[in-house]
Parts: sequence; C-alpha cells; structure tokens
Amino acid sequence: MADIAQLKELATQVRRDIVRMVFNCQSGHPGGSLGCTEFFVALYGNVLKHKPKPFKMEGKGQDMFFLSNGHISPVWYSVLAHNGYFDVKELSTFRKLNSRLQGHPATHEGLPGIRVASGSLGQGMSVAIGVALAKRLDADPRWVFCLTGDGELDEGQNWEAIMFAAHHKVDNLIVTVDWNGQQIDGPTDKVMSLQVLPAKWKAFGWDVLILEKGNDLEAVIAMLRKAKRRCGKGKPVVILMRTEMGHGIDFMAGTHEWHGKAPNQELFDRAMAQLPETTFGDF
Amino acid sequence: MNINDIQSTGKKATRDGFGQGLLEAGRQNPDIVGLTADLLGSLQMQHFQKEFPERFFQVGIAEANMMGIAAGLAIGGKIPFTGTFANFSTGRVYDQIRQSIAYSHKNVKICASHAGVTLGEDGATHQILEDIGMMRMLPGMVVINPCDYDQTKAATLAIAEYYGPVYLRFGRPSWPMFTTGKEFKIGKALHLATGTDVSIFATGHLVWTAIEAAKELATQGVSCEVINIHTIKPLDEEAILDSVSKTRAVVVAEEHQRNGGLGDAIANLLVHKLPVPMEYVGVNDSFGESGTPEQLLEKYGLGKKDVLWAVKDVLDRKGK
Repeated sequence: MADIAQLKELATQVRRDIVRMVFNCQSGHPGGSLGCTEFFVALYGNVLKHKPKPFKMEGKGQDMFFLSNGHISPVWYSVLAHNGYFDVKELSTFRKLNSRLQGHPATHEGLPGIRVASGSLGQGMSVAIGVALAKRLDADPRWVFCLTGDGELDEGQNWEAIMFAAHHKVDNLIVTVDWNGQQIDGPTDKVMSLQVLPAKWKAFGWDVLILEKGNDLEAVIAMLRKAKRRCGKGKPVVILMRTEMGHGIDFMAGTHEWHGKAPNQELFDRAMAQLPETTFGDF
Repeated sequence: MNINDIQSTGKKATRDGFGQGLLEAGRQNPDIVGLTADLLGSLQMQHFQKEFPERFFQVGIAEANMMGIAAGLAIGGKIPFTGTFANFSTGRVYDQIRQSIAYSHKNVKICASHAGVTLGEDGATHQILEDIGMMRMLPGMVVINPCDYDQTKAATLAIAEYYGPVYLRFGRPSWPMFTTGKEFKIGKALHLATGTDVSIFATGHLVWTAIEAAKELATQGVSCEVINIHTIKPLDEEAILDSVSKTRAVVVAEEHQRNGGLGDAIANLLVHKLPVPMEYVGVNDSFGESGTPEQLLEKYGLGKKDVLWAVKDVLDRKGK
C-alpha cells in the first residue's frame, strides 16, 4: 500500500502519460481518462489485492477490475504500467501498429492486466457479473470491480445486467459510474437524460453510494473501502462518482470537447506546463 | 459404404441430444455451467439445471447480458453453455459475441436451438437462416451444425473438451436418427456413402434429406458420395477436395440462406483449389413464414426434390 503523497504524485504522472500518449499518436480519449485518474490510482495503488506478475487471466484469490468504457484506455494503461503489469516504456506504442496497447483495451495481443475487450459500450458490467459468479462458485472471497461511464448507461444491456445482479444477489460486485455528466455529443442531460440516477439504481435493488468528490484521491480511497464493507449483504454495490471530465488541465476540464481529441503542439505545451514532472518519470 | 446401408433407427429432436449431452458433460466436468434466457425447456436444459442447480443461471429475457456473463464466467475458469433460440443466440447479440467472446477468445459455447424453417409455425421472426454466415465470419469461431440426436449429443460432449468459442446449432423437430455409434470429431467430416458421380455435402437436418435423395438416385444409376459436414468452421478441406477430385461435381445442402452458409464455405475452397460444377440447396435470399416444417422445407427449396434437381443440374454441366 503506497502512501497518499506518493499516490498523488503518481496521479500527476498518470496525467502526464495520458496527455503524452494521446499527443504522440494524435488520437485517443483524454477527457474521461483525466477525469478518472484518481479512481484508477486509488484502485490499483490502495484498494485492489492483485498480482501483476505473472498475470493470471482467471485471477483466483485476487480482486479483479473490468473497464466497460474502454475508450479511457490511456489512464488504465498508464496505471497498469506503473503498477508493474508491463514496462512503462511500452506506453509510447499506444495506438500504433503492432502494439499491445490497442486504441480500446483488448486481450488479443496479450497485454497483461486486460481480461476482456471493451470499447463497444455497455458490455463490461455483464462480464464483471460473470466473473463475480465464478468467484462465488469457487468460494473465492475477493471482489470484482467494474467502471462504466454515465453516458454509457444509455445502452440497454446495462439495465439487463443491473436487474440480473440484484435478482441473483451478486454481492461481491462493486460497480462505479463515472458520473461526469458528459458524452460525445454534449452534456448527458441534453443527449439522453439520466434523470434521477441514484433512485434508478435503488429501484433496481442496488446498494447505492454517492461520491461527490471523484477527483479527490483520499475521498475515492475512502469510498472504495466503504464499498467493500458494504459487500456480502445480499446486494450489489454501486458508487455514483462525480468527476470532472478533463480534470487537471484547464482547457480540457468540464467539457465534452476533449472526449476524443488530441491536442496540437501549442495546447500540448500548455497542458504539460500544468503538470509538473514527477519522480516516476515520463515514458 | 453403401447408401442403402444407412437406415433410420427412430426419431428424436436434435435439441434433445443437446440436453442429454450437456447433462453428461456436466457430470464429467464440474467447471461446466449453464445459462438460459428464459428458454430452459425449449433448449432441454432442465436436466442439467435439476442436477446442478448451483451451476445454472436463469438470465431472463436478456440475451445480450447472457453473452457478457458467459464471457465473465469463462474468464473465471468456467465453461459456460448458453442456451436460447438460434435467432437470439446470434443476430440479436452479434456485437456482444464479437467483442466479449470472439475477439476476447473466451471459452464460451453458444448453443442455439430452433434454427431454420423447421422451427415451423412461429414464422420468420424466429426462423433464422443467416446464423451460420454470421458466426463463420467471426475469426476463431468454431461453427457446428449436427444432423441428428446422437451427433448433437456427441458434439455437445466434444465442444466441452475443446478450448475456445463455439457456435453449436440445432433444431426443434423430431428428426430421423442414423449416426448412432459414429465417431464425432470437431472439424472432421463424416463419410456416409461412397460414390463416383457427384459429391453431396450436407449439414444439419438436410443430411437425412440428402441420404434419401441419394438412395433414389442410386436406383437411377447415379452414384452419390454423401458426406456430412457437421463442422462448417474449421472446414474439413481435405475430405472435400479428396471427394471432389474424384466426382468433379458438387451439391451442397443446408437449412440456411444460400448466402454465407456451408455452400459458400465450400465454394470459397473450390474456387481456389478445384473449380467444378456446383449447386446449392438452400433458401434463396428469402425470409420464411408460418407453416409445418414439412410444408416449409418444400416451399423454400429444401426438400428431396430440390436435391434431386441440383444433382441432375450439376451432372448436366459436368457433361455426363
């Protein structure tokens, strides 16, 4: 378990990685990646019991994480690398030919840490439920975590999964919704209103936790730990996590404009000026 | 192997073979789990569910979720068998299969009943005729369409032993049984009758139709080689090329669209390796409709007479 100051420094490094990766290949999704940086740093650095090497697909006896909104792959790749799943240098291959770091996460090239492809939205929660059921069958007491976007909840399969998890009492599952209120075409309220999200999840039979400060590392850690304590009581647990898309870079923050866009040289320089170098070092 | 030696030993539905196969596979391997989307009895999965209730998951009418959960169970080391109608096993959930199962190479067995027009009275909404095409286009997907009760049971046991995604397609009606005791090997064609004039490659229910046609043709002096291609992918290219290099005329019979099915798979092979006169017995770019299985097979060009016509056509073109 790394200390908080170290994790905060890592969060800055992860943000540098995200911007540099996206700038490098002039494509990718910085907005959601920056918004979920604290979540990933907290999860892998302080919450998950996991073994990066050798990476085992079945993950028996380990906590397992699934990313449903696969387009925020930059933050996941950076955090996986800094947690020892693969060499940090490999981040430079993101979205390039013959890379294991595909635009959206995939198992096909054998990147350690990835257990299923995601990108086509709405599928990750179902997969996470299946893993949670396998753990139950094996009497494996560890948890399964899943992150989904809020715009992604437009996909009907999520609500099939949400019904199933409550009906079958999948209570070793912790889903987090990146509740940033943005999707590609604009604010979620304008594109497809989520209405009263907490009440929806409650009505579907979930234990609902709300995290207002999803970009506060200590608050994220506290909430993830709280969620673990809420497991095992017959209900799946969801954390509705308020984040700011593009958090940490002034011109990217709080807008859907940087959902899937790379900065030019001028904006790249401006972004990097806001993210001091760290002891972790750039890839 | 003489065509007249092939006799039916009775009738049972292929889906019953699946139900029994799943039960036996479940007894042999504790990692096998079952899922259904509200079609337990239609898929004959109740036998497995009764014996292994903790290893069976009712998903409700939510096929997309079922495919994702199956992928997750496979990640956790289980061997999930999903069960619903062929239409809802493929077209409805193509993207879930593509991303979470095929691209991610998960050990999921997609088991699909009520394929084709022999579903009968429910009509075209349920009679999928495109599923083989969709599934065989997915890289790494094994596609199997067994022809009778025993072969379906044997195939179910075989796919439980194979690691990787599989599409297993079977059907609703009672159908003649004739493969009892025959070995089943994934990707290995089943030679049913030796002949010299034409090769008939058939899959699924239409294997029996092909046998009946070949018997009639034998009385007219036409010698048909009848080969059951139960595994459409990977295709037994060696068996096909061996037979065609001898007969130099091909008829393919399947309860599927002509587009994208076994016929196209074989045409794709032959056009590169051994082009010869070839005919398809299959549905000609059409949806089905309500009716009895027998009526529909006749109306949609999937009957014995259609095989007879196709054989005559290729023999004419071959110049016999």
